[in-house]
Amino acid sequence: MKRFPAGLYATATAFLPLVLVLNLYCAAAGAAPAIQHWETAHGARVYFVPAPELPIVDVELVFDGGSARDGAKGGISQLTNTLLDDGAGDLDADELAERFEDIGAQFSTDAQRDMATVSLRSLSDEATLKTALDTLVVVLKSPTFPEDGLNRERNRMLTALRGEQQSPEAIAEKAFFKAVYGDHPYANEVLGTPESLATLTRADVVSFYRRYYVARNAVIAIVGDLDRARAESTADRLAAALDTGARAPTLPPVPRLESAKTVHIDHPSTQTHVLIGQPGMKRGDPDYFALYVGNHVLGGSGLVSRISDEIREKRGLAYSAYSYFFPMHVAGPFMMGLQTRTEKTSEAIALLQKTLRKYIDEGPTAEELKASKQNITGGFPLRLDSNAKIIGNLAVIGFYGLPLDYLDTFNRHVEAVSVKDIRDAFRRRIDPDDLVTVTVGSGTTN
Amino acid sequence: MSRTLLIITWTCLVLSNAARAATPTPVHEYSLKNGLKIIVKEDHRAPVVVSQVWYKVGSSYEHSGITGISHALEHMMFKGTRKHPAGEFSRIISENGGRENAFTGQDYTAYFQQLENSRLKISFELEADRMRNLSLPAEEYAKEIQVVMEERRLRTEDNPEAMTNELFQAAAFVTSTYHHPVIGWMDDLRHIGIEDLRKWYQQWYAPNNATVVVVGDVDPEQVHRLAEKYFGPLKPSVLADLKPQAEIEQAGERRIVVKAPAELPYLMMGYKVPTLKTAEHDWEPYALEVLAAILDGGDSARFARDLVRGKQIAASASAGYDLYARQRDLLTIDGTPAEGREITSLESALRDQIRALREKPVEAAELDRIKAQVVANAVYERDSTFYQAMQIGIVETIGLDRKVLDQYVDRIRAVTAQQVQDVARRYLNDDKLTVAVLEPLPIEHPEMTPQPHAGPIR
Repeated sequence: MKRFPAGLYATATAFLPLVLVLNLYCAAAGAAPAIQHWETAHGARVYFVPAPELPIVDVELVFDGGSARDGAKGGISQLTNTLLDDGAGDLDADELAERFEDIGAQFSTDAQRDMATVSLRSLSDEATLKTALDTLVVVLKSPTFPEDGLNRERNRMLTALRGEQQSPEAIAEKAFFKAVYGDHPYANEVLGTPESLATLTRADVVSFYRRYYVARNAVIAIVGDLDRARAESTADRLAAALDTGARAPTLPPVPRLESAKTVHIDHPSTQTHVLIGQPGMKRGDPDYFALYVGNHVLGGSGLVSRISDEIREKRGLAYSAYSYFFPMHVAGPFMMGLQTRTEKTSEAIALLQKTLRKYIDEGPTAEELKASKQNITGGFPLRLDSNAKIIGNLAVIGFYGLPLDYLDTFNRHVEAVSVKDIRDAFRRRIDPDDLVTVTVGSGTTN
Repeated sequence: MSRTLLIITWTCLVLSNAARAATPTPVHEYSLKNGLKIIVKEDHRAPVVVSQVWYKVGSSYEHSGITGISHALEHMMFKGTRKHPAGEFSRIISENGGRENAFTGQDYTAYFQQLENSRLKISFELEADRMRNLSLPAEEYAKEIQVVMEERRLRTEDNPEAMTNELFQAAAFVTSTYHHPVIGWMDDLRHIGIEDLRKWYQQWYAPNNATVVVVGDVDPEQVHRLAEKYFGPLKPSVLADLKPQAEIEQAGERRIVVKAPAELPYLMMGYKVPTLKTAEHDWEPYALEVLAAILDGGDSARFARDLVRGKQIAASASAGYDLYARQRDLLTIDGTPAEGREITSLESALRDQIRALREKPVEAAELDRIKAQVVANAVYERDSTFYQAMQIGIVETIGLDRKVLDQYVDRIRAVTAQQVQDVARRYLNDDKLTVAVLEPLPIEHPEMTPQPHAGPIR
């Protein structure tokens, strides 16, 4: 069932976790699996980890075709991605769905700002895997992008956009990205806008697919119950289903903010949602480990982080209070966030700002740093304890061109970070005078 | 016909291959003298372990006036024991490279840590400590109940669809304790005191009201010894009687309207149905499970095929059923109309889908497709130690024999088209139906109360 994320709830509070944790794709080291890597004949980059313990095969194709590539055609990356299985070869959407589901295979697509993904999970026995891959090949090679499917999916995106307008969280996030990124492609929302969606045509979709869903622009990650030879032939088949094409060009750098920006959006909610931040770092950033470990102490470690301690534990101001870097192709955002009853907004914002400034000035204590390192390195095996997690790591490593020994060396890099490194990196990279502050809530916050 | 044959052949082939390639590991069960049950399942793919402590208490154990207390207590479990003051639990787990969280549902409250496998004893020591020695300090509670209220605002008050779901549940369940939300009504949250929590804790948190589930790279006997060491000394409690508070028979359709600031209309429908725990005939819950999948079991299922694609009447539509709910429950259907379509048309189309299930047996191909997915999913689930632990914890906590998990695939495969039609006829009747419709109110700039300081941030 294709679902868009904004505000479409089925059963809401049947199940309440203590902490909302953002799950980020950050690899970690320890007992890391050996990653096998090669390129297919026409330049698709393949990353493979055999995992014979379970009779499952996971395949993920990651294309550099996210919303950062939309240009003026806001929503085109999402639309193209979602239409891939709306018909391919001789099969219509119903038949494609049946092909996969008759054999219990799970096919899905996803589009974000950087990545556009096509995923398949199948049982590994010969007959099943063959049918699953045959069908995937048809989807990659000959998507039909039917006109009625296009209009239907466009409408669903319009509905999702409207749904965002009833979610203070979604409103805040949009406003945040717009304020931080301005005219940069990262300001493009995956769903586009109602105005841009109205202009999209089938020709646009075909054009986007032909440009970005090509071998040279693809990372193929494979994890599961198959050997190298099988993985090679699988990757070859998948890559051969695509045109050779060319890699997407590098994105423009993200300009630093010149001054502080404050955006308030009125919304009739009991809480005010707060997002504060600025451009942060990219994948493979020279300051990556200092900022990652540094942020872990500040707001990236759940309840034990400074931000959560100040906002939630000490004062009961919010259920969820955090800070994160989202490293992307070029600088993804640094973001601090919380949600609090509206009358407490000023107090909460002041506290967040104070906590950040103090952290930039002083950095972590030696004890805090030690505890954080222990959490990151000690928890490393948890990032790789399933095929699903392993393939997620491969997708990130492959897509962002991280070294093959990224997982093996991660812990070492974390251990090497000093208090001084963190203070130094935060001072250079985070300017507390040039932050974007977004609030969404009902009016007066003082 | 031939497709059915193919799928049957495929299923047999897959089952035998899957069985050969990776025999499911056995599950070991131990009981301590104090009534604590420990269940251990091995998974040696990575040197990690997930350890979960499940308490037999949740919102369905609560009554009016103290709704949300189980969830509030879950929060307070992190606020210190005599031995480990507030926040120390989380710090210790974090320093040991662990991940932790906890969650409350209608029928359970569970706490878990995921750790490198050599550190399981840390989890056991801390969980045994807070099972019996929770401090429940008033000054911590004063802050933490504020956190719970923020959580309620975040999840429900400011989310029109969640609000609709909450009121839908309350309308569908009159006397059943599934009537009230897990997070509790806001007014109850304002009036629950620390002494209420102390009573609740003493009443329900005991080794003989708990199950420890461990899945990972462990030796079951060693886990047993560790459990004996840390949990063994705890004394059992005499457990309170739980009043059944059974749901009265519904004698007619119910409709509610929820008006809230929103952009999208939204519809929920629910029919009263048995669950595995309550069913008189235990094939019925499995037929209901299949029925829900016929409607919403993937992109080839009826809702996606007919309502999202075909008629383009739904932007989204889903069906839900909880086989393992402790009490009689609902088969739910919900949806958002497609752009430019009316909610009345969506409701009509959904009712047509229900009528079709009652009037005509489902196609063999559809049934076989559901079964194929269930067979495959049973293998995929083994990729997650966490999920496997959850399944065991849920089933144990609601008081079912764990063997139902092993039987699941076979029970689903045994469901016939006739049985799906039978449960549709028996249970999907308008007289047992509750409907909730979200009518969006315009989202506009609310009245601003004058403030002594400068105006809003712009």
